[in-house]
Amino acid sequence: MGQIVLNKVQKKFDDVEVIPPLDLTIEDGEFAVFVGPSGCGKSTLLRLIAGLEDVTSGSIQINGRESSDIPPAKRGLSMVFQSYALYPHMSVRKNIAFPLRMAKLDKAEIKSRVENAAAVLNLTDYLDRRPGQLSGGQRQRVAIGRAIVREPSAFLFDEPLSNLDAALRVGMRLEISELHKRLDTTMVYVTHDQVEAMTMADKIVVLNAGVIEQVGSPLDLYHNPKNTFVAGFIGSPKMNLMTGEVAEKAGAQTLGVRPEHIAVSDSAGEWSGVVGVSEHLGSDSFFHIHETGLAETITVRADGEVNFKHGDQIFLTPRTDMMHKFDGGGNRIV
Amino acid sequence: MARATTKTRKAVVTIAAWMIGLTIFFPILWTILTSFKTEGQAINDPPLFFFFDWTLENYAIVQERSNYMRFLWNSIIIAGGSTVLGIIIAVPAAWSMAFVPSKRTKDILLWMLSTKMLPAVGVLYPIYLMFIKLGLLDTRIGLVIVLMLINMPIIVWMLYTYFREIPAEILEAARMDGASLRSEILYVLTPMAIPGIASTLLLNFILAWNEAFWTLNLTAAKAAPLTAFIASYSSPEGLFFAKLSAASTMAIAPILILGWFSQKQLVRGLTFGAVK
Repeated sequence: MGQIVLNKVQKKFDDVEVIPPLDLTIEDGEFAVFVGPSGCGKSTLLRLIAGLEDVTSGSIQINGRESSDIPPAKRGLSMVFQSYALYPHMSVRKNIAFPLRMAKLDKAEIKSRVENAAAVLNLTDYLDRRPGQLSGGQRQRVAIGRAIVREPSAFLFDEPLSNLDAALRVGMRLEISELHKRLDTTMVYVTHDQVEAMTMADKIVVLNAGVIEQVGSPLDLYHNPKNTFVAGFIGSPKMNLMTGEVAEKAGAQTLGVRPEHIAVSDSAGEWSGVVGVSEHLGSDSFFHIHETGLAETITVRADGEVNFKHGDQIFLTPRTDMMHKFDGGGNRIV
Repeated sequence: MARATTKTRKAVVTIAAWMIGLTIFFPILWTILTSFKTEGQAINDPPLFFFFDWTLENYAIVQERSNYMRFLWNSIIIAGGSTVLGIIIAVPAAWSMAFVPSKRTKDILLWMLSTKMLPAVGVLYPIYLMFIKLGLLDTRIGLVIVLMLINMPIIVWMLYTYFREIPAEILEAARMDGASLRSEILYVLTPMAIPGIASTLLLNFILAWNEAFWTLNLTAAKAAPLTAFIASYSSPEGLFFAKLSAASTMAIAPILILGWFSQKQLVRGLTFGAVK
């Protein structure tokens, strides 16, 4: 029902090409996440799918139907915006009912669908309030409610959680994931937060300067990053990327190893360095190690109990089976 | 450092504000006072402020000599009609400039404004001739059209400023929700812009009400509004200040009362967008 196929889709603003011709298929029922640094074109790509921007060339098929010339309202998609974009002059009930009113459904049907959506999203008690009287999380739920009542063939989310505080964000992340499981509808989700991408996605699309760097499942991207950009972008804290002698010895231009794949010791190891800043999260501790002669800083993830002080001399041992090798062009050496 | 607000300072500022306010208001106050004097007292030297024989004689004479209600009705039709018609045309225009601007939008806006810099008398001739040809001279519909066109740049500019304050994402959301262009403007944009539209309506009603150049030049008897009513008391029989003042007071009273009750809305409208 909700397959989205982009075929050589290109977008130019005047003479500036923000998205060079690009191919992508999002399968029916899939949770696809577009992730990348700000300005990488991920929101533009979503707006092209939505129809809020026109493609310069190429085609977009939704449900097998050529849609690049169809206005947004007719594409059968729902969108949740970063700013929620609720209608401030309407009650929650009217906000949720708006798409149904536009579709000219009869009153009884609208009422039952709105109440259903409100029940699912815990909004029943707030139906007669205005958006201005709601908290950020509740507003976001209203926006989602407005999206689900239409029963669209796919949902589009444009950084929907970035206006929420950290605790709420985690909660809403789970709610959206549960919603996806329950509705089993295609979702396309844009974020700059790789944690959101890793936790929610079936398929991650990593974008950089309008170009798709890699498409894959979260673990696929984590274990087999295609290039140094994906390697550095996916995973938190970032993968350590080292050049020079240590990389050459391994037969590569750049050598990557994730913080969690380096063992620390105070007595012996392959590499040595001096502890700089330590970050203690309780469950884990992150140490930023200087003076290793490998890179400016090597980040290491250790057990929460491990405690080194600023200036301590320590030893590091990487797991060789978990090292990533990249060539001069930054591409993975298989 | 926060500015110190001592009692003295507050008193000085308050007095200064009242002085400026009264100075600006003085001509209107004087007109109203004069309208209650006899012709003799009106030109008395030294001028009489409050201590004279208050009389309603002038109002009685003015009402007897000319039909105030007919002028008032013409003013309401002309000011109201030109404002409403202007808004209906300006809303879609301002929508397109605010939400789908092209490279030329800024130029068009400035060009529209530049028409206000042309002295009106410069186009009097062509418009007068056109009015004769079209049989619009001394008709209400003719004045509605002219005043609507004269005030159109201001209406478009004001609405454009208000619309720019409305987040485009909300209109995009409406589009995603299946709203046609008509529904988008009718159900989402207009209700959100009601305060702005209301103050635009008010201000343009006042401007059209006070407009004297076109209303005096393009009307004679049938469509003459209150501006013509005042003018008819100004010269022919010498200067009758008291009667002229009574006529002026009657002409400005409705708009003064409207302005008084809507001052909050007007101030908000005029300063809207100035501070984010």
